[in-house]
Amino acid sequence: MTRILYFASLRERLGCSDETLETAPATVADLRAELARRGGVWQEVFADGQRVLAAVNQEMAGADQALQDGDEVGFFPPVTGG
Amino acid sequence: MVTKLGSFLRSPVAETIRGEIMNVEIRVQHTPLDALAEIAPVYAGQASIGGVVSFIGLMRDMNQGDAVSTMRLEHYPGMTEKALAAIVDEAAGRWDLAGVRVVHRVGEIRPQDPIVLVCVASAHRGEAFRACEFIIDYLKTRAPFWKREQTAEGKTRWVDSRGSDEAAAAAWEETK
Repeated sequence: MTRILYFASLRERLGCSDETLETAPATVADLRAELARRGGVWQEVFADGQRVLAAVNQEMAGADQALQDGDEVGFFPPVTGG
Repeated sequence: MVTKLGSFLRSPVAETIRGEIMNVEIRVQHTPLDALAEIAPVYAGQASIGGVVSFIGLMRDMNQGDAVSTMRLEHYPGMTEKALAAIVDEAAGRWDLAGVRVVHRVGEIRPQDPIVLVCVASAHRGEAFRACEFIIDYLKTRAPFWKREQTAEGKTRWVDSRGSDEAAAAAWEETK
């Protein structure tokens, strides 16, 4: 099981703020590929080279980061605070 | 944790051990930020502090050539606080700091409203100046906040990240 949260412009483009996947992808890159396979806007957002950042259990994560069952993954655009 | 060689030679009252800050507060709040009122508690009661440096980020009424009327700040609850704590920890690993306070607004704001306060107290000004700039530079690229602005004409748009912010944070990497 993987808990996924989407933020800011990503949430609006996808029309989704959060969901729970029953599958357990091995890495962040695998999860992105799985989401991209939904096609349409999901493909556009998660296709290679898109500027989408990821956090695993609320810490910034690279594409290679391994995922464990029950992890929380956040996807969001580059940050603009301050 | 790194302890400074020779620190035992100084007065224990005046000393902060690198990596340990005596007075840290990190907050994300929906209510208006009274930036000036946040500064005194960072140094009050600590007579070893010789300098306090503060950065107050304000909402501007212009962006990318358009008049902006309001802004909404969104964040990733839980991750935001962790990211800010990690940035403050990293600053404490680089400089001797006696007090740090980081307060960031979320929700609806208007031009002139304070968005963020970073306040750093140290025995000497140099460490406080550098740590303050470091914390705001890292916050800009590592803390999960996003701005959505409404122009005076009524259009809403997400604010784009800036390459100059990335460059400022990257410059600190080289001084590690």
